[in-house]
Amino acid sequence: MTDAPALPAARSRAPWPLSLIVGGALTAIVVVTALIAFVWTPYEVEAVNIAAKLTAPSSAHPFGTDHFGRDVLSMIMVGAQNSLAVALVAVGIGAGIGVPLGLTAAARGGWVDELVMRGNDLVFAFPALLLAVMITAVFGPGAINAIIAIGLFNIPVFTRVARGAAMGLWTREYVLAARTAGKSKTLISVQHILPNLMSLLVVQAAIQFAVGIVAEAGLSYVGLGAQPPMPSWGRMLAEAQTMIGFAPWLAIMPGLAIFVTVLGLSLSGDGLRDLFDPRVRRER
Amino acid sequence: MTVLDIRDLSLSIGSTPILKKVSLSVASGEILGLVGESGSGKSMTSLAILGLTPPRATMTGEISLNAQLISGASDAALQKVRGRDVGIIFQEPMTALNPVMTIGDQVAETVRLHKKTSRKEALAVARAVLDRVGLPAERFPLGRFPHELSGGQRQRVAIAIAIALTPKLLIADEATTALDVTTQAQVLELLKRLVREDGMGLILITHDLAVVAETADRVAVMKDGELVEEGDTRRIFTGMTHPYSQRLLANAVHAPSRQAAVQHDAAPVLQVEGLVREYAGGRPLFGKPKAFRAVDDVSLTIQPGESVGLVGESGCGKSTLLRAILALETPQAGRVLVKGRDITAARGAALKAIRRDIQVVFQDPYGSFDPRWTVARLVAENFHLLDTQPSPTEARRRVDQMLEQVGLPASAGDKYPHEFSGGQRQRIAIARALITDPAVIALDEAVSALDVSIRAQILDLLADLSSRLGLAYLFVTHDLTVVRAVTDRLLVMQAGRIVEQGDTAAVFAAPSHPYTQKLLAATPDLARNIGALDAAHKETVR
Repeated sequence: MTDAPALPAARSRAPWPLSLIVGGALTAIVVVTALIAFVWTPYEVEAVNIAAKLTAPSSAHPFGTDHFGRDVLSMIMVGAQNSLAVALVAVGIGAGIGVPLGLTAAARGGWVDELVMRGNDLVFAFPALLLAVMITAVFGPGAINAIIAIGLFNIPVFTRVARGAAMGLWTREYVLAARTAGKSKTLISVQHILPNLMSLLVVQAAIQFAVGIVAEAGLSYVGLGAQPPMPSWGRMLAEAQTMIGFAPWLAIMPGLAIFVTVLGLSLSGDGLRDLFDPRVRRER
Repeated sequence: MTVLDIRDLSLSIGSTPILKKVSLSVASGEILGLVGESGSGKSMTSLAILGLTPPRATMTGEISLNAQLISGASDAALQKVRGRDVGIIFQEPMTALNPVMTIGDQVAETVRLHKKTSRKEALAVARAVLDRVGLPAERFPLGRFPHELSGGQRQRVAIAIAIALTPKLLIADEATTALDVTTQAQVLELLKRLVREDGMGLILITHDLAVVAETADRVAVMKDGELVEEGDTRRIFTGMTHPYSQRLLANAVHAPSRQAAVQHDAAPVLQVEGLVREYAGGRPLFGKPKAFRAVDDVSLTIQPGESVGLVGESGCGKSTLLRAILALETPQAGRVLVKGRDITAARGAALKAIRRDIQVVFQDPYGSFDPRWTVARLVAENFHLLDTQPSPTEARRRVDQMLEQVGLPASAGDKYPHEFSGGQRQRIAIARALITDPAVIALDEAVSALDVSIRAQILDLLADLSSRLGLAYLFVTHDLTVVRAVTDRLLVMQAGRIVEQGDTAAVFAAPSHPYTQKLLAATPDLARNIGALDAAHKETVR
């Protein structure tokens, strides 16, 4: 071979993006807390102790207690399970239905594309919260219906991302080559298109995860999410509203939990995008 | 008078040397052709002149412009030089212009950056410059946007921006490479005229020796960051001394030795009959939408072992025709018979069986592979066309065998496409096309993106495979030099129709259709130019 020597595999280990490290750490704290809550919480979550009601944060109750004397830290720990589970399953629903829809729309084009995208517009046209209120109003409030509502809202997001990126890939020569290899559009979508937009979808999933946390908190706040006695960050905020003047920790602590989780996930999403995008990576 | 003088310019990025002691000079009114293959340092030299080297590059040596030292000057000082004293034109006319600014504003912007003038005065200058580059006011008002122009017209706007302030030095970095031959000829003519009129120096950076032979006064040949040979165009092309330049020239005119084994009496491997491919146009307010005929009633045949060239300029419909032949698009009328079976009508297993006999190699050695697949998996992809899939070990054995046939080590199979050079990738693409033992291979500009030395190797490989396997080729290309070297028969396409066809040698010798004549006249022909240079040389000696 007298061809010019091939470039050495230019995969030198670039340092991980700072946003991914910080975001990942914050997310890990929340996830670990939620997991610990399965086996241990400082107090029984439902243990009512009127004698210790509305105590400010102290060594006995680091996050204080509420008007029933329940330990706020324990409630937040168990609430994390609820928030993460709802958001995670909702992302799963969104990606599980949205991505295949987007891939199909890009592969088929024509009226299929038109149908999928107009259907998308229809879902998009309703504000997420309104959609959730409608669903829970019809099927009744509860964690499951909150999941369905948030998941439904996620579908068009993933459809759009998948379709847009897939459209670009369909004009690539390697896709044309796969077609001359007699592969069906479905097979090409699975073998060539999907793996090449995976990084994009992972980033989107991290962002939708964060959006899901906020949406779940919002639904619980208006009483349409997880029902008592299951602790939920959103409902804790709602209950704290009337007591904010003399027991601010009741609002601050769950608010902080939501803030940390969303920040962690958003930073992770940003960091993942930087990690996957070679252009950003080179500039660093 | 010397406009540009470069002395011992060395440049390295990190510990990698990019340029090694390059010394060059350009006089006013002179055209210097700077040639070399990719990675030879041609473009980096021009960036160094403009002070636009990458941030981590370290540079030694001197660059002076008009006897004024500009190397090592501050960025602010260099900013004044760029655009005013040195103009540059890049390869890609599609991305060189700002899509949301009118052409008038873009030319005027350069003027106002360097001269204190009112917007009105700047626009008047822009108008005059656009007139000079052949974009007259009646057809090209200042309010036009780049997307309303063709590639050649955009390149004229880029030239207008570069010459707006009558710089002393103009750099054209592969400025005509992306253009069609007829447009290229016009743009080169324009550049020559501007150099003559303004007395500026022009550095014409290109990989195309034919263009240089036709245009340049002096030639400098670069290899791996070094200047290997420099001199008068006439002397360089009639008596190159450095082995690398000799090899470069030999590769540029390389014609692989072919044992033509065309079976004229056998049944054709590919028959296209009355093919029509239309695209729906924009729907007017009233009436029926107008259809655009990309391929208009095209018929052609290819015999076993025959090599056929399909040439035409961009937009003539050759790519659409190719996609229709490969059943990647459905034609509105006509048939495509591969070994007598209609590929346009076939579905399912029948279509797969036909696809086994016709395969394709695409232009872009970087875009034609899924970056996440190993080479072995990519080459084996076409096994999908077989009725019974070979076992994994058997498939791997056949892939390795095929990789060796195209001149790659069998160990290549475990690597990823990005680990290979452009030429090696094109070999992988050929292996992928060959794995089902096809009768005809379509080559869609398959050697256009390659350097001349690698192009010569790939053409040799194709010729060798054809004589060993009795393969037929359909070369779809805009490059007449390649077609002349490797095809038996030639089809010339214009506006969706085949306007001329015949034996390659005969068409080149006596083109009958006016379009073919125009195309051939516009094509820079190295052999012809060398002949002319040689004659002129003898004249002067006498």
